[in-house]
Parts: sequence; structure tokens; C-alpha cells
Amino acid sequence: MAEKEMVKIYIMNKEHEVPVGLTIMEAMEYAGYKFIRGAGCRAGFCGACATVYRKKGDYKLYTALACQTAVEDGMYLSQIPFVPANKATYDINKMDLKENIILKYYPEVARCVSCNTCTKACPQDIEVMDFVQASLKGEIEEAAQLSFDCIQCGLCALRCPAEIPQYHVGQLARRLYGKYIEKPSKNLEERLEEIKKGKFDKEMNKLTKVGVDKLKKAYVERDIEDLAGE
Amino acid sequence: MTKMDMIDGFPEYMRESIEKVERTRKGRMKKRHKPMSPKEKEKILDKYHPDYKRERKRAMLFGPNKGDLMPDELVDLLEAHPLVKPGNIDLSHIDYDVDVLIIGGGGAATVAALWANNTGIKTEDILMATKLRHGDANSMMAEGGIQCADRKDDTPMRHYLDTMGGGHFTNDPEVLKTLVTDAQEILKWHEELGVMYDKDENGEFIEISGGGTSKNRLHFARDYTGMEIMRNIRDVMRNREIPVLEFTPAVELITDDLGQLAGAVLYNMETEQYYVARAKSTVLATGGWGRLHIQNYPTTNHYGATADGLVLSYHVGAKLRDLDAVQYHPTGAAYPEQIIGLLITEKFRGMGAQIVNKDGEQFVYPLEARDVEASALIRECYERNNGVVTPTDMRGVWLDSPMIEILHGEGAVKKNFDAMYRMYERFGINMAKDPVLVFPTLHYQNGGVTIDVNAQTSVPSLFAGGEVEGGPHGKNRLMGNSLLDYNVFGRRAGISAAKHVKKAKIGKLTLNHVEKYEKMISDARVKTDRKAPMLLPEYRGKEALSRSLDIF
Repeated sequence: MAEKEMVKIYIMNKEHEVPVGLTIMEAMEYAGYKFIRGAGCRAGFCGACATVYRKKGDYKLYTALACQTAVEDGMYLSQIPFVPANKATYDINKMDLKENIILKYYPEVARCVSCNTCTKACPQDIEVMDFVQASLKGEIEEAAQLSFDCIQCGLCALRCPAEIPQYHVGQLARRLYGKYIEKPSKNLEERLEEIKKGKFDKEMNKLTKVGVDKLKKAYVERDIEDLAGE
Repeated sequence: MTKMDMIDGFPEYMRESIEKVERTRKGRMKKRHKPMSPKEKEKILDKYHPDYKRERKRAMLFGPNKGDLMPDELVDLLEAHPLVKPGNIDLSHIDYDVDVLIIGGGGAATVAALWANNTGIKTEDILMATKLRHGDANSMMAEGGIQCADRKDDTPMRHYLDTMGGGHFTNDPEVLKTLVTDAQEILKWHEELGVMYDKDENGEFIEISGGGTSKNRLHFARDYTGMEIMRNIRDVMRNREIPVLEFTPAVELITDDLGQLAGAVLYNMETEQYYVARAKSTVLATGGWGRLHIQNYPTTNHYGATADGLVLSYHVGAKLRDLDAVQYHPTGAAYPEQIIGLLITEKFRGMGAQIVNKDGEQFVYPLEARDVEASALIRECYERNNGVVTPTDMRGVWLDSPMIEILHGEGAVKKNFDAMYRMYERFGINMAKDPVLVFPTLHYQNGGVTIDVNAQTSVPSLFAGGEVEGGPHGKNRLMGNSLLDYNVFGRRAGISAAKHVKKAKIGKLTLNHVEKYEKMISDARVKTDRKAPMLLPEYRGKEALSRSLDIF
């Protein structure tokens, strides 16, 4: 492979030269760091690699996921492997939806000054302030839907001047929505009943004992349902 | 590398291929490529699937799986010296004395902890010890969905048959039966916990197909299904305040003089201290092996997927199975460089997107089982030379994601594949407008520690759930069966562990098995400096650069 173009980065203010094309995470590894904290799924799903950085000559603080961001020349990088935000403890089975549950468990939501710093900090581009405001108004569905893509990296909570743990607030909203607002499936309920009554036992047991040749035949001959949406 | 002119995220020469994909799209929409016959499948697997490369596997020389073929990368670890030297650990000093020890911190581990608790074990008598953070696991990353036969025109028998066929009829029948008939109880549990599945206005699940399924049976939560389940059950665990030790993996199991498992040696990776954890029941839920980069493949897996559980359990004589079979997911990202190997969910194909070559032609039915589909992509790129070569010398073919917009309406990609859309957007690519380049990526450990229907391993007092165990999938797992597996067997492991506690008596703790293992290594004349478990992969320096594949 041809020689790689190199860029200069500053890991905790220490200068390193790394090839372009790497993510921030890979660039730090290239520079010799072995992660214990600060690396998880390496694919943008777990929130372990929250990063704060500044670019040379720029006053602004940027936030990113180290595994999902290409390294750029002049980045000053700082990893945020843990955020000590308050998480309420609750039993989801004992909720009375007549009251504003979210406000009850996270009264700090009322401290929101609508500055939108959380939204700007979010590496998932979630409308964080909007779901905090929805939570304040008791709009559970809105808060659940808006916060759905949250990977709980905690960058919002770190930047929040009102010290709201937005990413925990969203978690509560989603569980309330899934449990109390989404309707339970009737098909599932009926199937569960059938299984409990042993409706499939005989056929199932027969299937586990049948020889491979017969199974193969049944497999090849089975009908294939049309794809959903076609 | 010289700077290339980029047009919306792609260099010009890749744009030319994209134009061909666009030109053929309308004609292709009407006609999907035909599925392969059983004979064609056999042939393509034999010739192109990486698993069928005999020279990249070798037989275990000792232990319960003596003679079994496994990938070199795994045998290297099973033949390695145990990391822990018995003389260095003082077993008379017990740091944690619990009823149920859970090793791992992903889906199976969390479900096991919750169900041990549900079955009567007090929270303070449970301990979860995990290598990274609680929830840093492949469970968090699953995008596509979870299978459960709950619709009227579907049955558990059909789910069984689909899974058996996908696994080439090598699955454990009883274990598989458990998987497909516990599924409904799991989904009900998830509803009660408030997992936000995609549903219609009546509360019925929206269900689609995956590769190798004959019914629309996949339940999903946008394209963050794994994350939505994992963060929910982790929230339950945090609410119950079940103790968790993060960054503290098990590095060796502990047995007792009664011949059963009795806990583990834990290692705090940050302070470099060792702890002795004694337990009446131990649940192994350490996940899979993606980070071994078998045959140099990139992987979809999380940072800690280094097969630790296989190593630990083999040290104490557990029987393993189906570890000759590696799952390569057909559609990993092949471009851009920063996301090589990351998963592009099968749900795209489930919703109608096709796979096409550099000329925009279909060459495979989009929903073959994963091993067959992956083989077809490898053949297209490396034998027929119909792939697109990327600036970093990866080859790939197109997943025609814009078809989703045509089939399901404008905005359907962003709506259904928010995670994927966002990932590509970060690197300047709009996957609703342009197709994305894909190639098989190392995805799943099909086999693992042998378990029975109650998640009991062949070692007394040791239970296992999730990717670390084998049996339900045989030699090839179907989409939507891994989330189901960790829930079904994580739950059963937790329940079995809790029941076992009530009758358990622990004898004198020992690490004699480590000495025996060392003797087996030397009797087999294995000469190695390696130590295992690996704990974390090595990516420092040049290892951080993208690797080239060992193909043909």
C-alpha cells in the first residue's frame, strides 16, 4: 500500500503523528495506547468512547464518539470514560401514570433552562432538550420516541448547566412507554396460552425425534412466506 | 495514498459503479434472484466459505475435544498456558463469597442475574464480574431482531425447522426445542419490562423475515433491537442494585475437592489485583470470539470478544461443540475505511434490498442463510472478480439500500435504519440515496460450551448462557436467534444456578485443574509462550491499521 498521509493530534496534550483514515480510537491505539476504559463495542452502540476535543485555533469544544469519528489534523483529544450522573432507582411495576412519574424520580428536570447545550453535545444528534422538555410536561411517548437512539454516553449530562441526567431520564421514559402505553400483543398472549396448555407438545416432540433425512425433506419442501411489505 | 476527489463520500471510480447500480435498479425491482438448490449450496460452501478451508484449522491435541478441528486462532488459545499460576493465588483468602457468580456483563449475564434473583437468590448473594462495563457486549450491538413464533400462521415447529435447516441439521434437538418454545415467554417478559418493540396500533408486533426463515418472525426495535433490550434489562439490574464488578474479568475458574466448580479468580485490570470469588453456582456468560480475527477477517464484535469463556471452561474439562463453524455475516461494511467490518443488518434484505455486483447485477438470492450468502459474496469478489476494490484494497459488492426508499416510501431508510443511516452520514455517505459496499465479516461463534436444556454444562455447578454456549444453532446460526438464545439460556442458567444453590455444598477450593492442564500441554508436546485467556486484543501501533484478508 502507498505511503499514508499523516496528521498531528494531541492526546491529553501530548503530540502524536498518525495516519489519516483512522478513527480517533484507532489513532490512539496507533500512538501506543491500549484501552481498558474508553472502548466498548467499537461500532457506535455502547457509549464507552465519549470524547471531548478542540481543534487548533478554534475555541469551541466538540463532542464525539472516538470509534465513529475520523481523526483530523490538530485535534486536542480527551476521553470521558465515565460520567457520575445520578440515576434514580425505581420499580417499573409500581408506577401510577396519573402523576408525572419522570418529574417524581428526576425532579432536576424542572431545572432545565432550555439552553440546548445537551442537544449540541449529543453525538447521536438527538433532540435532547426537546425530550427533557417533554418529560417535564409528562409527555411520556414524546420523550420515549425522541430519546430512542440514546446510547447513554453521558455527554449531555456533563455539559448540562442544570445538572440533569438526560440519558437516565430517557431510559425511564422509554420503559414507561413500552410498559404502559404500548399495548400488549394479543397474538403473543394466545400463543403463550397454547404453549402452556401443551398444544404443540406432541408435534414438537415428534419433530425432535425424526431422522435427518425426513427433516431435510420437510425443510426443502416448506413454503416461504412473502416478505413483509411486498 | 494520494488525495482522491470525493463525490458525496465516494471516489469517482466507485461512483461509476454506483451509476450502473442505479441503471439496473428499475429492472431488478421486479425480479429477485432465485434461491440455490441444496446441491448448489453444498458446492458453494465447500469451495468458498472460509470454514471449509481445512488448512486454517487444526485438531485439539488433548482434553474432552481431543481430535476436534477448530480454527488455529482458537486452538492457539486452548493450547496456551493458563494465565494464573496456582502458587500465586491464596485460595484461603476469600474476597467474595456468594451464592451465584456470573462471569460476563452482556445480555446472557444480565438475564441470568435477574432470574437468579427472581428464583429467590438475594441481590447481595449474587455477583457479576465483567471485563469491560456492564453492557459492553455484542448483545448491545444486535440490530436486526429476535425470533419468536407468535403469529397465527407460524408455529414453534416451523421455527425449529428453519433453525435446523440453517444449522445444517447439526443443532441439539432438545436444546433447540427449548429455544423455540421459551421464546414466547421471553417476549412476554420483555413487554412487561417495557421494551419498546415496533408494534402496530393494536399492539401486535411488526414482523419481518431474516435469512433462512420461512415466516415473518423477527421482532425488532427500529435497528437498535439489541441496545433497546440490553439497556432495559441493565436498568432493571441497576434498580435492584445487584452487585457488579466492572473491568474485573475472571482469569481462571476455581474447583473444589468434591470435583465441582466453586468460583473464579478475578483480576482487576485497572489496579492489577487478583480476587478470589467463591460461589455455589457459577454462570459463564462471556460471549464469543470475534476479536480473534479468525483468518484475519474484520469483525462486528465488541472489544472484549476474545473467547475467554471457552478457555476458562476447557481448563476445567468442559466439553465444547461446533467450534469448527465460524459465522461470517454476509454484509459487513467494506467502505469507508473507518467502519470496515461493522455490521450492516440483514433487515435491509428482509425489507427487500438486493445485493448486486460492480455492474449492478444480482448474483444471489438476498436471503440465503448466512453461510451460503457470505460464500456467494466471496465468490463474486474473488473468483468472478465482480467486486469493487476500495482505496484500502478491500473488495466488496453493493447492498442496494436505496431500494428500501422505493419499496417502503421516502424516508424509510432513516426511519427503519436510523443507526446505520447515522453511521454512514458521519462519513459523508447518504445510504438512502447511494448503495453501500459490503463484504462478509466475522460475526458469531456458532458453537461453544455444550449445555443441556437447563443450561447445565458438563462440569457440575457450572452453567452457561448466550454466545459462549453451543447447541441451539448447530453449525450456523440464523438471524434473530442470538438475542433469543441469550434470553432463553441466560434465564435458564440463572434459574438452574439458583436452584442448585439450595442443595450445594462447597468443599476445599483448589486450582489443581490448572496443574493438570499444564501436564496435558506438556504431554501433548505443545511448545508455546502464549498465555490465555487473552482478555483484550492487541491493536497498538501497526495493528491499528486495517488488515488484509487471507483469501485464497
